[in-house]
Amino acid sequence: MQTRKKYIFLTFLASWLLLFFFGGDQLHRFAFFSRRKVEARRNWPHWTDRSLLKSFADPEELLSDGDPSLPSPRERQAARLSVYKNSRCRMETCFDFSRCEKHGFKVFTYPRERDQPLSESYSKILASIERSRYYTPNPEEACLFILSIDTLDRDHLSGQYVRNVDEKIRSFPLWNGGRNHLIFNLYSGTWPNYTEDLGFDIGQAILAKASFYTESFRPGFDISIPLFSKDHPQRGGEKGWLYQDSIPPKKKYLLVFKGKRYLTGIGSGTRNALHHIHNGKDIISLTTCKHGKDWEKHKDTRCDKDNVDYEKFDYQELLHNSTFCIVPRGRRLGSFRFLEALQAACIPVLLSDGWELPFAEAIDWGKAAVVGEEPAPWFLPQIPSAVRCIHPERVLAFQQQTQFLWDAYFSSVDKIVHTTLEIIKDRLLPHRSRSRFLWNTLPGGLLALPNFSTHPGDFPFYYLHPSEKFTAFIRAVSPGGSPSQPLLRLIQAVSRSQYCAQIVVLWSCEKPPPPSGKWPQSTVPVTIIQGREKLSDRFFPYATIQTDAVLSLDEHTSLSTSEVRLWLVDGLAACEDILMNVLVAAVTKLPPIKVTQRKQHKDTVSQQNPSPPCSPPAKRQDCLNQLADWFGYMPLVSSQLRLDPVLFKDQVSVLRKKYPRLEKP
Amino acid sequence: MCASAKYNTRGPALIPRMKTKHRIYYITLFSIVLLGLIATGMFQFWPHSIESSSDWTVEKRSVHDVPVVKLPADSPIPERGDLSCRMHTCFDVYRCGFNPKNKIKVYIYSLKKYVDEYGTSVSNTISREYNELLTAISDSEFYTDDVNRACLFVPSVDVLNQNALRIKETAQALAQLSRWDRGTNHLLFNMLPGGPPDYNTALDVPRDRALLAGGGFSTWTYRQGYDVSIPVYSPLSGEVDLPERGPGPRRYFILSSQMALHPEYRSELEALQAENGESVLILDKCTNLSDGVPAVRKRCHKNQVFDYPQVLQESTFCVVLRGARLGQAVLSDVLQAGCVPVIIADSYVLPFSEVLDWKRASVVIPEEKMPEMYSILQSVPQRQIEEMQRQARWFWEAYFRSMKAIALATLQIINDRIYPYAAISYEEWNDPPAVKWSSVSNPLFLPLIPPQSQGFTAIVLTYDRVESLFRVITEVSKVPSLSKLLVVWNNQNKNPPEDSLWPKIRVPLKVVRTAENKLSNRFFPYDEIETEAVLAIDDDIIMLTSDELQFGYEVWREFPDRLVGYPGRLHLWDHEMNKWKYESEWTNEVSMVLTGAAFYHKYFNYLYTYKMPGDIKNWVDAHMNCEDIAMNFLVANVTGKSVIKVTPRKKFKCPECTAIDGLSLDQTHMVERSECINKFASVFGTMPLKVVEHRADPVLYKDDFPEKLKSFPNIGSL
Repeated sequence: MQTRKKYIFLTFLASWLLLFFFGGDQLHRFAFFSRRKVEARRNWPHWTDRSLLKSFADPEELLSDGDPSLPSPRERQAARLSVYKNSRCRMETCFDFSRCEKHGFKVFTYPRERDQPLSESYSKILASIERSRYYTPNPEEACLFILSIDTLDRDHLSGQYVRNVDEKIRSFPLWNGGRNHLIFNLYSGTWPNYTEDLGFDIGQAILAKASFYTESFRPGFDISIPLFSKDHPQRGGEKGWLYQDSIPPKKKYLLVFKGKRYLTGIGSGTRNALHHIHNGKDIISLTTCKHGKDWEKHKDTRCDKDNVDYEKFDYQELLHNSTFCIVPRGRRLGSFRFLEALQAACIPVLLSDGWELPFAEAIDWGKAAVVGEEPAPWFLPQIPSAVRCIHPERVLAFQQQTQFLWDAYFSSVDKIVHTTLEIIKDRLLPHRSRSRFLWNTLPGGLLALPNFSTHPGDFPFYYLHPSEKFTAFIRAVSPGGSPSQPLLRLIQAVSRSQYCAQIVVLWSCEKPPPPSGKWPQSTVPVTIIQGREKLSDRFFPYATIQTDAVLSLDEHTSLSTSEVRLWLVDGLAACEDILMNVLVAAVTKLPPIKVTQRKQHKDTVSQQNPSPPCSPPAKRQDCLNQLADWFGYMPLVSSQLRLDPVLFKDQVSVLRKKYPRLEKP
Repeated sequence: MCASAKYNTRGPALIPRMKTKHRIYYITLFSIVLLGLIATGMFQFWPHSIESSSDWTVEKRSVHDVPVVKLPADSPIPERGDLSCRMHTCFDVYRCGFNPKNKIKVYIYSLKKYVDEYGTSVSNTISREYNELLTAISDSEFYTDDVNRACLFVPSVDVLNQNALRIKETAQALAQLSRWDRGTNHLLFNMLPGGPPDYNTALDVPRDRALLAGGGFSTWTYRQGYDVSIPVYSPLSGEVDLPERGPGPRRYFILSSQMALHPEYRSELEALQAENGESVLILDKCTNLSDGVPAVRKRCHKNQVFDYPQVLQESTFCVVLRGARLGQAVLSDVLQAGCVPVIIADSYVLPFSEVLDWKRASVVIPEEKMPEMYSILQSVPQRQIEEMQRQARWFWEAYFRSMKAIALATLQIINDRIYPYAAISYEEWNDPPAVKWSSVSNPLFLPLIPPQSQGFTAIVLTYDRVESLFRVITEVSKVPSLSKLLVVWNNQNKNPPEDSLWPKIRVPLKVVRTAENKLSNRFFPYDEIETEAVLAIDDDIIMLTSDELQFGYEVWREFPDRLVGYPGRLHLWDHEMNKWKYESEWTNEVSMVLTGAAFYHKYFNYLYTYKMPGDIKNWVDAHMNCEDIAMNFLVANVTGKSVIKVTPRKKFKCPECTAIDGLSLDQTHMVERSECINKFASVFGTMPLKVVEHRADPVLYKDDFPEKLKSFPNIGSL
């Protein structure tokens, strides 16, 4: 650089410095001007006597609010019961909790009547309930009742509309004004207004309904369910469509909509405005006027052009290839589109004013969808810029959450029905219910059972620091009255592992377990439990088990101590172990982990096992098929790897290896 | 408008190189401007400047000097609140508009004193708490003084306590506000609603469509998604300083501290005490206190006197029973003491229940079940109790402790409704700071096994070792699942070889030239990477077989959120030096894999480039070392999971070398690597690396089994 320029810079710099260090006065004035600008923003005044102001309530008033002369709590409660009925129902006024106390949460379905046709969807709902662990055929035991009258479609123009429901239900001796009843509904009202009218009086029954308006929703009492089609699978259900986590989301379109444009009537406001955002590139918004019989009567100038554009794009193709999907209201508030978008990992942009979102009592929709408050036409043009501003990592989180929610709560009728039941069950014992955290984190509320624990740390899914130790769980089946040799050897081998915290022996023999003197001395506590006759006893969550990890063993398993360190639930012998594998895979969606090399124990055991219900290989095959049928799909995932110690079979000195005994054949 | 969301998608290759001369020019200019800015800033915050200018800012006015407004007897009265109001029916979102900051604008009416026709005042002009609340709003980002730009209006009419005001006249005062417009977009704060004898659960003042932030809503009066349920502020919060008490056993199991409980409740509590003895403590008002002792700060049981609220810290659970009203100020005291509240108030809408997960901080028991309270609480696991205590204290600190906290949480909730795509998440609302810092939230939380067909992209970082590079390319191209090969050419002084000289391979090969010789270039999320899986490989790793690489890819598919690599390393705590040490010996443990040969998800490239904490990226580029350690830290920190070392292989560069590799044996190199670990651990504020004792081998590795039938027969031994 030229010297002259350098000097100019130096002078420049020096003058700046001078200005700041010695020009305090001028700066003061400068600061004063800027302050005047701030002052021009008229803030709330700092009152000179603000410290003398009186408190909004004197402390006595705050701490002793409760006049003893008031009516007693019981009387007040009774008063509430008489006032808050029917449309103002809450659990505490319209639900009889005492019915659920003795037998727990049991659900009864009314017996089917022969002359009463059931729609496909309602049969599926009833089947789900009858397959659930809460089902009871005995109305005496029941806490919740489900009608056998199909109430799903209450559009009186529909073919499936059942007439005279009022009369029928009043003739049921169990109806009791609808108390403790749960009524399912997908469609209510009819053209043109599609009101909430069900055509009969539900009284104090809980309503599980699709397209719920917040105005008529009784919070904490009713349940909003998603609208599903009659082809929705009974169980299992399709997987979500997200196969990869790409960042930035490289889908072809940013935002799509393809659907009908209602020319008149309810819901037309939103849909008429949708074409404004179409840009033909990454935002595709297509509407058609063709629907119903008389669309041409209401046809406007846009219709012909729109109808042509409409045919150019395939709905499924758009769904698969877009990051966001607009889900406007249909004639009713909910639409099939909602579940379709969820499955497709197309983040729903909801535009239904006043729609109580499905299972909102449990599900935090803000994590999986963009919920627009206002569907007014002016709001729509803002959506593209709003969704463009969402950060890529947030988009990725949204996408994954749609898949989790789809798979956990929506992909089959079973899941929808069970979620409904679990939400009601959670209300019965608020102190033993799932937090929002459990509902909204993998694997979800249906798999995090509050009967096991309400503390996230007790589940294997949430926290990453499982305890260091494990519990060895051994099922003993020796016929004699004393522990067999292999069992003793096993206990000794296991107790030598430094990570073993306790040993629990499940004594599944007819004879009572031997006295404590007959058991080997070991450094870790040994507990004996008298088992019942069931094989699945092994997987009962015994209260005695204090660690997170459980090592499950059979009596005849021979293991060296080293093997015990790298544990897994790799059961042996009969069906129940396959079930455990299937269960874990269904919950985690991941393959099991095989540890170290041993394989030979399996076969030797199945020959000796005294009570193998289905132990020959062919029978085990049946087990698998049966289980796959029960789950609705095959949850097992295969793995190509096994885990070995880091220096396993390496050509280094044995002394350097931590688990040398694993390498012995 | 959302510039932060637009990342540079092209990467270093396109950064134009400025001429050196111009660079100096710009740098000088820039530093001058920077200096100027710093100096100006310093003057702004110079203590004396604030002092001297304070004369200008503070309005010296008393509350008693505010203008008086006379309300004629026939001035209009608003309608009673409309129970069916929801945001989409009663709120005018249009006023908030689309706003790049996603913040609502809140206007506060200036303070007036309202009197009726006869000159009698309608209420206290303003209470201390309401003044604090308005001050907090005025100091917040939400505030605007421009009534025309506002989307939410807060009247200065104080309705915190219904008992301190005249209902009809207050309603008239509201109706005559300049922008009242049937209460649209107006927000009222009320903590003590209702009055004797029936104590309504919402403010009785007619208020048209105004939003109500109320303490003590029941599910019947609370308009979900419209109103906001707020706590009843306890002035004790400001007076008493209760330090947080750690977890651990406390003297009492259940404590009831409320005075003037309904006799029926009290007798039920006393029955509990009779049954369970010492562990239950029921306190009441003291009757024989000497003068001068404030009654609110003492509680008594028989003749024993306890300090309130300190006594709350002595108990695990504290009962919060409904009084005449549902909302109780004692809830705030209980939370402050880190005592788990047992809430017995049927149909009470808990404070901020729209966003706070109360099940994590409290136990709700139906009034009917009060006699079973003891056994219900006994069934709560100890670990959960400790977490609830921590959570309770955090709720108090964040949302209860001052009127400011209450005001800002309320505005934030309304803000989240209006700008849902910028809403604060569940975790931000609910996780205490300690959890926020230490917990991991795996960005790839969905268990997906990526389809095998997708394959992986190999990225080779190279400078000038062309011969070795070509060997690596040839070897890697034999792996069946390779879908693309990307060479990052990090040498600016030399052009890459001509196209014709490159090995001919079956997949696309792309060369990216970089602007500067930076190690970080290897981790840039290039657009060319179209697969999820990335194989980072050095240009001298020639010994890996195609089977080993393919198997590594299969392992990655099962663990897509982890670093899956070949050379394993370990970090150790050096007790003599009292710091971390880098270890490259063959040990029984692994905590890092080198990215000289490792599979990982492309997302981590994105994180490395844009979200690497502190100055780690610059440190790496300045030292030309440790980019792999930085990557290991980053991945372990966000996922909380360990790395996976695949296959037994430990030698990678040349068959004849006995050393692990030339570089790693170098002493200074080891020292530098140890330094990196210490530096990164201090930047992350923790040691995120996880140590494991296993490696992944093919299921049939070294099994006595015909090699032909194995999927991966060619797995090298060392």
